[in-house]
Amino acid sequence: MAQKQYGAATVDVDDEGFLADFTQWTREVAAAIARDEGVAELTPAHWKVIEFMQKEFKENGQAPSIRKLNKSGVISTKELYDLFPGGPAKKAAKISGLKKPEGCV
Amino acid sequence: MADKIKKVSIIVSKGSLDGVYPGLILANGARMEGIEANLFFTFFGMDAIVTKRMGKIKVATVGNPGMHMPSLLGILPGFSAFATSMMMKTMDKLDIPPVPEFVEMVADAGCKLYACKATVDMFKLKKEDFCPQVDSIINVGKFYEISAGGEIIFT
Repeated sequence: MAQKQYGAATVDVDDEGFLADFTQWTREVAAAIARDEGVAELTPAHWKVIEFMQKEFKENGQAPSIRKLNKSGVISTKELYDLFPGGPAKKAAKISGLKKPEGCV
Repeated sequence: MADKIKKVSIIVSKGSLDGVYPGLILANGARMEGIEANLFFTFFGMDAIVTKRMGKIKVATVGNPGMHMPSLLGILPGFSAFATSMMMKTMDKLDIPPVPEFVEMVADAGCKLYACKATVDMFKLKKEDFCPQVDSIINVGKFYEISAGGEIIFT
């Protein structure tokens, strides 16, 4: 298992950089992953998405789709793409410490 | 490893549900990967962006061996509507939206939508007939110009 250093924390990651063990996730780790993914700063809007994704993952065992994020009123699709440019579902899941989303939409 | 795909231009030419969805899924999936995407609707595929038709797109039940049933059944009145509604229910569970919502979603994701000029002229359509997500009506030359430097996918 590959490891990655984020500030003071060392975390286990898969070969695409997704956290292997959610218990190693902290807000600091999230912020560090975000910087790696080109999101300079996590704003309250980002945190709202992250918290919803973690809650959904806990309940359903998978990260919510972009459609679900939109329909649940958490964030519009446009804003989501603005917050996590260049691949919102994947990036948000990674920052949230979740597994890579597997759906096609 | 080969270079990553940076841009795709997808042509939707068929007006059945199974003709429209692959293009929408490909375009949306491209945006989800940070790939620039264009959708070009032509011929019967254009129904997917015509406001009064986009919500009524149906599965082809005739001449479609993939339906795994005799075509003779497919001609029964209401059969296509029934097959479509069954399929839509399954897709909704998979979070694949109905066509009008999908068109909105893919546009919100930053994909550009275009209508084919030749088809617009042939079917005597106007810009007002299209859903607001449609960027413009363009000819083939313009399509190639927009597609420059990317992959072109015909569906």
